[in-house]
Amino acid sequence: MKPWMPFEWIAAIRFLREGRMQSLLIIVGVGVGVAVIVFMSALLAGLQSNLIKRTLSSQAHITLLPPEEVARPQVALDHTALRLQKQAQRLRSIDQWQQVRDRLQKWPEIAAVSPLASGPAFAVRGDANKSVTLVGIEPERYNQVISLAERITRGELRVGAGETVIGIELAKDLGADVGDKLRIATAAGASETLTITGLFDLGNKGVNARNVYVGLRTAQTLLNLVGGVSSIDLALHDLNLAEALAQRIAGETGLTADSWIKTNAQFVTALTSQTVSSNVIRFFIGLSVAFGIASVLVVSVIQRSKEIGILRAMGATQVQMRRIFLLQGGIVGFFGSIRMARRCS
Amino acid sequence: MTDPVLQLVGIRKCYGCGETESEILHGIDLHLARGEFAALIGPSGSGKSTLLNLIGLLDRPTGGQLFIDGQETGQLDDTGLTRLRGQRIGFVFQHHNLIPAFTALENVAMPLLVARGRPDAAMFSIAGDLLDQVGLAERKQYLANRLSGGQQQRVAIARALAMSPSLVLADEPTGNLDTHSADDVFALMREVNVRLRTTFLIVTHDPRLAQRCDRIIELIDGEIVSDQPHAVG
Repeated sequence: MKPWMPFEWIAAIRFLREGRMQSLLIIVGVGVGVAVIVFMSALLAGLQSNLIKRTLSSQAHITLLPPEEVARPQVALDHTALRLQKQAQRLRSIDQWQQVRDRLQKWPEIAAVSPLASGPAFAVRGDANKSVTLVGIEPERYNQVISLAERITRGELRVGAGETVIGIELAKDLGADVGDKLRIATAAGASETLTITGLFDLGNKGVNARNVYVGLRTAQTLLNLVGGVSSIDLALHDLNLAEALAQRIAGETGLTADSWIKTNAQFVTALTSQTVSSNVIRFFIGLSVAFGIASVLVVSVIQRSKEIGILRAMGATQVQMRRIFLLQGGIVGFFGSIRMARRCS
Repeated sequence: MTDPVLQLVGIRKCYGCGETESEILHGIDLHLARGEFAALIGPSGSGKSTLLNLIGLLDRPTGGQLFIDGQETGQLDDTGLTRLRGQRIGFVFQHHNLIPAFTALENVAMPLLVARGRPDAAMFSIAGDLLDQVGLAERKQYLANRLSGGQQQRVAIARALAMSPSLVLADEPTGNLDTHSADDVFALMREVNVRLRTTFLIVTHDPRLAQRCDRIIELIDGEIVSDQPHAVG
């Protein structure tokens, strides 16, 4: 007997040691329950993180866009009602985007800020032409938001003057490869012939067939956005804060801020449902383990009725007796959990 | 009589309620003085065990008053009864006397451990002395279930004395033993009674054992039918 150990602990440990086989069975039972919980949690966490990672491989956590242009309502002189047609949105630059970029960069929640000039264009090679999204980037900044450099399958990420990086699908459609020339033309009539320096695979067929990366200045010239950017992409330290932060940024800058949570609402709902159903399963596994321990403890109390009688006759209170059996449950629960959790990890 | 250890005044005990109610003890009056060595006898179903449970504060009477060392027990709550039981009363049972998960020494120290909460050297010293006195100095570290029946009863007597109680209640203490061991155990109880003036109340079916006590109380159908001092020959 250890002198520091209270009577209840001494009795609980001795009873467990005496009924070794029974204690071992409960520990294994608890362990299996915990193993299932750990396995399910790991599976789900891994699956969700993988899904989110894949979904966000070609997408920023928050995208800032210029505020929508709204037609100014005119009041008719005779006070008759007017139908206000929604104005078509032209490609515009974000006002004072440098200030917005520098300001957001100082926010502790934001990991990276990348301004983009993007708009519709045609990629022409020989007789083939494809409608594409021209994306003008600053590669160092853009890589911190979307790891494009890691996704280059051929060539390298180099978008200097007269250079472009295209997706593997577009390359296949146009029969182009690294080193080939590609003409990019916009609807406004501007065009430039670029050399393909790299091919990327962002894991999304649509993006691989659509995105054409060029330097920011090249895109600004082609899209007639000289000195301007059409959007700012943000990467966050914590993905889950995206929606709250987007609202805060929209409030502070007056820009339209779309978070990945908002743009992938159905996906996020699916993830949430999956988490809820997993929690329900885990709850019931935990409950069944608890019932298992409780039933074994009830049997143990019945088996120990003579010891309970002796200890009560010697002056042990009901509280002390209850504590002995609760401690037994706590000890087997603790060791069962630790044992299996360690084995699983 | 002076210096009463146990006093029962009109003790009644009923089980069940309403029409199914049955009274087991019908107003028992009993008085045990310090140093008495009494036997409680009676046929099966006479209420001996019920009375012993009431005296041992393991159950509450339906009516009447019960005093232990002059203290009225009717007003005490469960904790108070438990504390009084632990400090003033020692038990020796016929069966299942010791806790098999503990050694003889630990079993004897158990009442002290229960009362004090944590083990200390003093309690093992007291337990060791008691085991020496009952002649089990060599068996201190044996697990309880490795001792013979007679040895287990000796350990039980040592344990009953650990808190220096005023009263020891023994329920058929020799019922499970052969004649030789029974004599040894009885002699030990007698010696403790004489040396420490501890009061003993021994429930027994064995007339030979009862004849060796100072007083014989006979219980039949929940009433004391005879209570006589007995001259030990």
